[in-house]
Amino acid sequence: MHEMSLTEGVVRILEDQAATHGFAKVKTVWLEIGELSNVDPESMLFCFDAVAKGSPVAAGAKLEILRIAGQGFCLNCGETVAVANRFDPCPKCDGFGLRVTAGEEMRIKELEVE
Amino acid sequence: MCTVCGCGESKLEHSHSHDHDHGHSHGHGHHHRHDHEHHHGHDHSHDLDYGAGLAGVHVPGLSQTRIVQIEQDILGKNDALAARNRAALADQGIFALNLVSSPGSGKTTLLCKTIEALGGRFPVAVIEGDQQTSNDADRIRATGAPAIQVNTGKGCHLDADMVAKACERLKPADDSVLFIENVGNLVCPAAFDLGEAYKVAILSVTEGEDKPLKYPDMFAAAGMMILNKVDLLPHLDFDVEACIANARKVNPEMVVLQVSARSGQGMDEWLAWIMEGRRRAVTERIAALEAKLKAARESL
Repeated sequence: MHEMSLTEGVVRILEDQAATHGFAKVKTVWLEIGELSNVDPESMLFCFDAVAKGSPVAAGAKLEILRIAGQGFCLNCGETVAVANRFDPCPKCDGFGLRVTAGEEMRIKELEVE
Repeated sequence: MCTVCGCGESKLEHSHSHDHDHGHSHGHGHHHRHDHEHHHGHDHSHDLDYGAGLAGVHVPGLSQTRIVQIEQDILGKNDALAARNRAALADQGIFALNLVSSPGSGKTTLLCKTIEALGGRFPVAVIEGDQQTSNDADRIRATGAPAIQVNTGKGCHLDADMVAKACERLKPADDSVLFIENVGNLVCPAAFDLGEAYKVAILSVTEGEDKPLKYPDMFAAAGMMILNKVDLLPHLDFDVEACIANARKVNPEMVVLQVSARSGQGMDEWLAWIMEGRRRAVTERIAALEAKLKAARESL
């Protein structure tokens, strides 16, 4: 979806953090992007290079994307199971009603700065 | 520009937000947020400490870098603004709905008919989101309800900041219902909390019954699905039961209403749901006001 506006959000956070933590440049950004989060990592990488160019703090930074697998809790059988798609039934009991517990993350985890 | 949907920096009347993130949301958000800041290494030391670099080792010839662990949600700023909107709406006893759908599902017609059917029982206001034109806001204003158009330009969704700014201008009345008609798009608006009580997904029967499976994030985020244009069912091969089953696969608790804004079928149920939502919002406001009143009396 909106990878461009998300990437703009990332760069804005980097600039805020530069002011807070007193660094001049970001070398690497680690993002956690859940597999159920509706974000296409390829597109995010493409957008990041374009957006970062316009920011003295982020220009030239490397974006590393860590994928987090989908996980859910089945209300039917009470098991914690892997979720590949939101509409999949529970692999243990075939019931629908999985509550997603992981895989929706869109988070900046850490930065390598100088 | 985004390769997927063409969206970029969203603008409302060319203003940018410079708000700072106010940290924790207080229980109204849908996400758990972790904006605590952790420092690794010795960030604020002015001494030379070559062990404070990446992974705590110094590699001769490489520049000194450090790791800052920030654990910040990319949408954290939006979520914080949405929480602020939600609190402001609750203070005013306003029941806010975020209407989401593909373009052409009949959102604006449904809204116009809803406002007419409510017949001024209580004040109603509308925020209209579209990439361009004020056509939809004009249609709403023709019903007599106040409306404001937000043109997102390149943007494919409304965000919480746009809604906050729109509310400043629109000034919805206390104890009213606020309809936010999002940009026609079943993808991006799913991720952006605006501060609404519910997202209502509108799907018309001229679309496919598998749309909830094709766009699961939106149907998972919505509390209600309105199946619109049901007056056309006799002319179509649309399988209502299959569509509802698909929606419940994604969201088992989805409330589904079958409506035709044109013929009026199902409108009573929809109106009753809105009135119940508003009743609850106003009841909560009354309780909050009574608590304040009690505190003031006791202070005498």
